[in-house]
Order: sequence, then C-alpha cells, then structure tokens
Amino acid sequence: MAEPLLAVDKVTCRFGGLLAVNAASLAAQAGQITALIGPNGAGKTTLFSIISGFVMANQGTVHFAGQDVTGEPPHRLARRGIARTFQIVQPFYGLSVRENILVGSHLRHRKRDAALSAADQVGRDVGLGEMLDKPADALTVAGRKRLELARALATEPKVLLLDEVLAGLNPSEIRDIVPVIRDFCRRGITILMIEHVMQAVMSLAAHVFVLAEGRIIAEGTPSKIVADPLVVEAYLGRGAATKLGAQHGR
Amino acid sequence: MRTFLPIAAVLGVLAVVPLVVHSNVTLNFLVVALMIALVGQGWNILGGYGGQYSFGHAAFFGTGAYVTAILQVWYGVNAWFGFAAGIAAGAALGGALGALVFRAGLRGSYFALVTLAFAEVLRIIASVAPVTGAGVGTLIKLELGIWTFQFQSRAAFYWIILALVGLSLVIARLIERSRFGAWLIAVRENEDAARALGVDASAVKSVAMVISAAITAAAGCFYAQYFLFVDSGIAYGTWISVEALLTPIIGGVGTVFGPLLGALVVKTLGEGAKLVAGDAPGLDLIIYGAVLVLVIWIMPRGLIGGLTHVRKMLARREATVVPAGKARHG
Repeated sequence: MAEPLLAVDKVTCRFGGLLAVNAASLAAQAGQITALIGPNGAGKTTLFSIISGFVMANQGTVHFAGQDVTGEPPHRLARRGIARTFQIVQPFYGLSVRENILVGSHLRHRKRDAALSAADQVGRDVGLGEMLDKPADALTVAGRKRLELARALATEPKVLLLDEVLAGLNPSEIRDIVPVIRDFCRRGITILMIEHVMQAVMSLAAHVFVLAEGRIIAEGTPSKIVADPLVVEAYLGRGAATKLGAQHGR
Repeated sequence: MRTFLPIAAVLGVLAVVPLVVHSNVTLNFLVVALMIALVGQGWNILGGYGGQYSFGHAAFFGTGAYVTAILQVWYGVNAWFGFAAGIAAGAALGGALGALVFRAGLRGSYFALVTLAFAEVLRIIASVAPVTGAGVGTLIKLELGIWTFQFQSRAAFYWIILALVGLSLVIARLIERSRFGAWLIAVRENEDAARALGVDASAVKSVAMVISAAITAAAGCFYAQYFLFVDSGIAYGTWISVEALLTPIIGGVGTVFGPLLGALVVKTLGEGAKLVAGDAPGLDLIIYGAVLVLVIWIMPRGLIGGLTHVRKMLARREATVVPAGKARHG
C-alpha cells in the first residue's frame, strides 16, 4: 500500500494512573474514509486530541504527509491541513453562522471578501445556505453538527478528523448528512472518523480500526471487522462471540 | 468607505462643539470624558473583542503619563516626542505582560487578578522611586506653546483628544473588519475551537494587548500634558482601571462606539449625581453607583447592545406582520 497521509505510531497517553491510549497505531490512506470505532471510554477521542495537538502523547509519533508532527500545537497542525470537529459541538454562540465559518476560511484567505465568499460556499455545501445570517445558537443539534463540519472544512484541510458527527442525530438527519461526508471524500479530502453509527461506518469507510481499552484490537474492511470475534467481545463482553456463534449453529 | 461613515459623522458633530460651547467648565468636562473614552477604547480592544477582562489598565495609562512627564522634566525631551515615547512604552509594557501572562495560559479571573496586581506593583514602585518624584509627584513646568504641547485654550486640547478618540474608533473598526479581528473574537467566544481552526490564540491575544495598551497609554500621555501633573495615585490608581472597564461595559463591550457612549453617559451621570446630591458628602457616589447597577441590570450588554436588541425586536414585529398579510392574499 502507498505511504499513508496520516500515520499514528505506537502512541501512548496516560492521565495520572489511567492508561487512556496504549501503544495504538493507525493509518489513514489519502483519499479514503477511515473509521475508528470502539466502545465508550476506549480512548478514541483522546487519540483524536493527540493527532490534532490538543493533548500531548507520552510516547509514540504522529506523521502527517511524511513529516513528524508529534506535539505540534493545534493551530500549526491546522495550517498544515489537519482539521477536526468536536464531539461536543463548540460553535461560537455569539456569532452568526457565516461569521463562524469565516473564522475557518480566514486561515487560507487573508482578505475579508475572499474569506466571506469562501465561507458562503462552504455553508451552502453542508446545507446551511439558508441559515448563514442566523445566530449560531438558533441552530438545531443537526444544524450545529453541520456548522462544526463547515468550520473545519473552511480551513481547506487535507485530512479531516470527524469526532462523532452523527451522534445525537435521528435516522433521517443521518441520511441527509452521510452524502455530504462522502462528497468531501470525493473531492480529495482524506477523512478519519470516530463513529458509533455502524450503518454509516459500513456504508462510508474503506478501512476500520477498532480501539478497546486504549489498544487497537482489530483492523480491516468493515465487513471483516463486524465478523471479528474480538470486536464482538469488546462490545458485548467476554465469551459473547462464542455464545452467539453457538446460537447460530443451532 | 461606508464602513467609516458613522465614525466620520460622530466626529463631525463632536468637532463643532467648541465653536458653539465656550464655557471652560463644559469643555473641561468634555475633554476628561473623551480622555476616559480613549482609556475605555483601549480596554475594549482586549476586553471587548478579545474577552480578556483586565482589571489593571492603569498600568498602561500610568506608564504613558509618567514616561511623557519624566522625559520632559528630567531629560528635557520635547513634549511631542515624549508623547510618542509614552505610547511606545505603554505598548512595550503590554507586549511584555501579554507574552508572560498568555504564554502561561492565564485566563478569566486569573488574568484579571494578575493585571490588577501588576498595576498595584507599579503604583507602589512609583510612590517611592526618586525618578517619579515619589510621593510628591512630577510637575511639568508651565510653558505655553505648540512646541511644548501646552495650550491656553481648552478647545485646542479638546480637538487633540477628539482626534485621538477618532483614531481609536477607526482602529476598532479596522480590527472588526480584519482577519485579526475575526480571530480575536473567535478566541473570546471559544478558545479551543479557535485553535482547532488554525488560530494562534496566545499570539492573537498578545497583539491585542499591545494595541490595547498603546491606546490606553495615549490617554495617559494626554493626561500628563493636560494637567501637567502626575503622581502615583493618579497614574497607577485603581480609579483609572475601573473607568477603563466601566465605560465599555456601560456603553457596550466589543462595539466600536461602546466606550465613547459609555464615557459620555458615565461622566454625565457623575456630574448629574453631584448636582442632585448637593452638599451631602458621598451621596453623589451612592446615586452614581445605583444608576450604574440599574443600567447593567436592565441592559447587560450595554447601551448599544440594548438599543440593537430593541431595534431587532421592532424589525421582527414588522417582519412577522407583513408575510402573514401576504399569505392571506395568496
């Protein structure tokens, strides 16, 4: 396989006595959607925070586009082309939707006019065209998720880290937003996503990594992953895979 | 150019005041109010747009005032040059303090306390150091003339402080329209989200602190030239730190005209309270304080925030009435 755009190598992160991430390695191939799944508390968001520079790893390295970017601050990583969204949405509540996206688009456009038109374009791309003049706190949960996407996208990233953008949405909202994500990928943005909605992971991701208790326990294509007894056990408890297998056998 | 039209209009109106009003008492009142507006605008750049509430802007005001005065009295430096040096010194101090405080990641009340302590330290140093005249203070020799930046007429001082205020309004407006401003506001709203979008939060805050300090220091320089006297209680006193944050908060934080409006209202209130209270000692301060509490209670986002809210409510009422009528016809 070609050299991955983003490569995380044996990253370990401790919070006091808690080993949040334990020698985890993963890679995102350019132009693909890679998913990171795992039970609650597995360390997925911590791993994302390490990649995006918000948390320092105790050990291990992060390489982006062939360069070692371990420990760089978030703003410098954003300039390199690593954008992230937050699991708990973090809009600038006091600003309008357009002004929110503008902060992101200013990264590549110094002039206000250019940044504004770029922001408007991104806003329309994620389906917020009608809401651009509305204050951010007037948006619904689904709208805020879209805004989170739009802001990150406005920084014109090479790789986009999506932290549960589908969580808290109803099935019809998920149906609406999945094509938007697929469209980003089609335009050449590499995507690494944390997701619990398996139906979306199955339909979007080319490659899946499974994190449990801080370790990567499995990786592969989505269909291979759902059949992996280790993964089933991580979600449902020890012995679950054999029990399920036995039931099917009967 | 439409961006600057409101500023030009306000300045135009204020510029003709000395042609109409000849009372020295009134002009003196307006000069002081405008000086406070300048102090408030300085605070507003960092506090209003950047969300970093400083409780120690006296540090910059006092440094501007002292540098202007000391350079003239001790080193015979020209007053205009002293004025410029005072602004530069304030900016440098802002840069140094910003680098220290923001690099250390101090936010919110910690930032407020450190700035407060910093101004107090400077006040104590100024009250004992020989170069500041210690407890006696520094007196600039009266020597009227353009070259010495001393004028007989209050109108001349009025126009100078008005020009400075005008400049600070333009700076605020330029910041609002710039990338730097968008980033500064983003840091105020949510620092982590801003960082994720490529904003170097501590650099942005430090630059804001330099601009903020320079503007507030300019007001200090003006104070020294206008009153020709500086001592530690005036220059680094808590009173100026309080004026610095009170005027934008009353007028409207993070708005171009907030500090100017706030300064005029607060100063008028102060004078009005004195008239109402008459000779009763301290009564004017009680009235003054009570009215301020009332204003903040009714309009937590300041006078400009309150006015915008009322305007939006009226606009919404119109907007909801019109389509309803149309729908009935359709």
